[in-house]
Amino acid sequence: MPASLVQSDSLLAVDIGGVTTRAALFDVVEGEYRFLAAGSAPSTAEAPFKDVGEGVRNAITGLQAVTGRTLLDGNRALITPTQADGSGVDTFVSTVSAGPALKAVIVGLLSDVSLESARRLAETTYARILDSIALNDHRKSDQQIDALLRLRPDVVIITGGVDGGASRSIHKMLEPVGLAGYLLAPEKRPAVLFAGNQKLDGEVKEMLGNVTSALHFSPNVRPSLETEDLEPAARELAALYLGARKRQLKGVELLETWSGGHVLPTAYAEGRMMRFLGQVYGGRRGGILGVDIGASAAVIAAGFRERNTLGVYPQFGLGENLPALLQYTSLEEILRWSTLDISTGVLRDYLYQKSLYPAAIPATKEDAAIAQAVTRQALYLAVQTARRDFPRSARPPKAGLLPRFEPILAGGGALGDAPTPGQGLLMLLDAIQPVGATTIILDGNNLLPLLGAAAARNSILPVQVIESGAFQSLGSVISVVVSASYGALVLRARLIYENGTEARADVKYGGLEVLPLPAGQSARLSLQPQHGADVGFGPGRGGVVPVSGGALGVVIDGRGRPLTLPDDPGRRRELVKKWLWTVGG
Amino acid sequence: MTLAPVHHILALTTIVRERTLPVKGKVLVRLNQKVGPTDIVAEATWARDHVFLDVSRTLNLTPEAADRFIRCKVGDKLAAGALIARGRGLFPKAVRTPREGRVVASGGGQVLIESGESRMELRAGISGNVVQVIPDRGVVIQTAGALVQGVWGNGRVDTGVMANFAEQPDTVLTANRFDVSMRGLVLIAGQVRDAETLQAAADVPVRGLILASLFPSLLPVAREVKYPIVLTDGFGSLPMNSAAYRLLTTNAKREATLNAEAFDRYSGARPEVIIPLPVSSDPGQPQDVETFAPGQTVLMQRPPAAALTGTITALHPGLSTFPSGLRAAGADVKLENGEQMLVPLVNLQVVG
Repeated sequence: MPASLVQSDSLLAVDIGGVTTRAALFDVVEGEYRFLAAGSAPSTAEAPFKDVGEGVRNAITGLQAVTGRTLLDGNRALITPTQADGSGVDTFVSTVSAGPALKAVIVGLLSDVSLESARRLAETTYARILDSIALNDHRKSDQQIDALLRLRPDVVIITGGVDGGASRSIHKMLEPVGLAGYLLAPEKRPAVLFAGNQKLDGEVKEMLGNVTSALHFSPNVRPSLETEDLEPAARELAALYLGARKRQLKGVELLETWSGGHVLPTAYAEGRMMRFLGQVYGGRRGGILGVDIGASAAVIAAGFRERNTLGVYPQFGLGENLPALLQYTSLEEILRWSTLDISTGVLRDYLYQKSLYPAAIPATKEDAAIAQAVTRQALYLAVQTARRDFPRSARPPKAGLLPRFEPILAGGGALGDAPTPGQGLLMLLDAIQPVGATTIILDGNNLLPLLGAAAARNSILPVQVIESGAFQSLGSVISVVVSASYGALVLRARLIYENGTEARADVKYGGLEVLPLPAGQSARLSLQPQHGADVGFGPGRGGVVPVSGGALGVVIDGRGRPLTLPDDPGRRRELVKKWLWTVGG
Repeated sequence: MTLAPVHHILALTTIVRERTLPVKGKVLVRLNQKVGPTDIVAEATWARDHVFLDVSRTLNLTPEAADRFIRCKVGDKLAAGALIARGRGLFPKAVRTPREGRVVASGGGQVLIESGESRMELRAGISGNVVQVIPDRGVVIQTAGALVQGVWGNGRVDTGVMANFAEQPDTVLTANRFDVSMRGLVLIAGQVRDAETLQAAADVPVRGLILASLFPSLLPVAREVKYPIVLTDGFGSLPMNSAAYRLLTTNAKREATLNAEAFDRYSGARPEVIIPLPVSSDPGQPQDVETFAPGQTVLMQRPPAAALTGTITALHPGLSTFPSGLRAAGADVKLENGEQMLVPLVNLQVVG
């Protein structure tokens, strides 16, 4: 990288999560940008503070303690730019996910076309879809109005109509939104995003301009029946989300001032970074996948050559909404991942009690086993939900499985704080169930969204920070797609190190094998599938893949896809324990 | 310096609570007025539902033309079947309102009528003096007394004399203990483990239940009963924390108000038990946030000592490793039984 591209600006990035606020400092070291250190503090969006600024200042204070660099002045205001004495920082950016999910209503013409686009659009931010209105809605207009008045959504997303297409039907869809807005008190009116037929922008403004808290327009998400382009609308929805957060949470405006307007929703910033990484890595060896699970939501971002997807699922967050997880899964399905014999009653109590104290962490082994089982199932559900929207061209090796991703990046408190790399890796393998060869990278400091936010201020910084090894590689993983009986040989693997030495493993169905390969080293892995197993070259086909080292080295997952666990609880727990021991406990 | 959330369990304090309507309404009390917990301090009304009549579409006219045929205007009160518009011709179509209501919007060939009335009554939730009136919204009420915050409430409010049915902090209250002598009382108990007991309390009826914990499976029933339920510690089989247990049981036979409002972490609203006490001068208001320090009484939120209280004896520098394998800032806590344990700071609340 030419030195002239480096602006020599330091950058402070802060992410305000539902539970924790993190501050990360980046600066130039030996001519290149590096991640220097991070500080964290409890988020303060909730009572008694009701001001996210307090948590931000506390996280920066923690960062000051780590780095010895003064960033806040005597009034706890950010010092910008960097001063002659080395205090302060040149640039500030921030991301936000704290606060309750926005209540959203989606409106479209056809339920399987524009309404689906509206649903996908709503899922690019921290929103819960409470209702949908489409042409084939069986309700009368007055019932739709009453539903809107009862739900009092924070946001209404309206899609429908191809550009230049019919307008009469859209008018009909706008009526209940406009009348409900008219009947609501001004401070209770929803923000509206219109992402439909662009020809109607003027009429929409006329109909809804005075009866919404904010009216946003974006290019049509469905310019034609065959085309869907969510990105411009997702950008507008991110702006709308921040507008809502500014109204709801004190302190967000201060961050806007400090950052010169560079505040983004955390998931959107992460999606932006995944888009960038998708362009760099995607298509060369498959798509690229980012997963993040925290108190507010599970976020699944995927980058493919032709398109990117971003799914934000508050329903799978591990915080205050945890009991609602049972609307999507059962206690038994969660407990299948547990290494300990835990009753459904204990698990149910855990989900409810944890919702009271989202910031609390497991202190005992039993609590940790429950927490990890819940994380696995919530992330599994999020990945399965996101899978619906992957492009058709991203073909999985078998129906019902994921397409191939390389690499997979993982972040979020539940994964980043795992006691050992092996526990983190096993949670990811169980929940994501990748196929073929991939590298699993842990973003332990949750830098990805911060880099996504930083990219708008400094496009070189994210590239250099990622290349500097700020993330931890957990290892290279080969996931075998095969159906066989337990114990049957499904793969012969030979790892050829750079110095010519070799390590071998015979992988049996239902087992995991670990071949050591330290971080920073590379090797070649020769694979000879048995029983028609698919390791990425097609059923029964072998080959050689280059692999890089990581905390666990090379992990070969011979448990099959989809991963099925024994029905017998005792045998299942023993097996899960065995897998855990294999990856280091 | 780590910020510590504070869980209020106080023998005597000044309690100031804001009560506001979610929508504009009418405040029914005045400044300095004494109110009781079940007194209605403000009310709001709104339409139960709406009738949308698309005259233009029904009469097959342009919106402008349809407007000329509409015979009502905004504000008109209409009886069911009242004529809204009639078309032209030998057999003209008529548009009538199916229900009685008031016209709230008219134009563009359409008429919107609000029908029925929903009413919301805002109760004081505590007894005390109105120290501020918030126009069209509600009031701020102040009182003095003992305060026990809870973690879950079923949304009801009531007042009654407390009776102690918790011989121990985890005593299970069962349906066979109920009799008519319990009518009008607020019962203190450790747990209720079945729906029959909740129903038996409703049949008596009691004025409220203060419990340490409840199984999540009983929440649907708990939400339905008409009397308030406040949980002091959470879900499952948790005993009542000793600070709450001592304060509540020593005040048995006193009148208490249960404001079992839902816990809202953003507004700070919490379910609570207030025991009004006579004071000669106002005691101070409690702190909502402190920083962790040795000597503080703390309440633990997670196993292995969930709902137990203890005293911080030392704060550990840096990060400590816990049996779960996680590393986090921690403190040594001496439990009331003398046992000492290392607890993550994020699992503690200061009692005060």
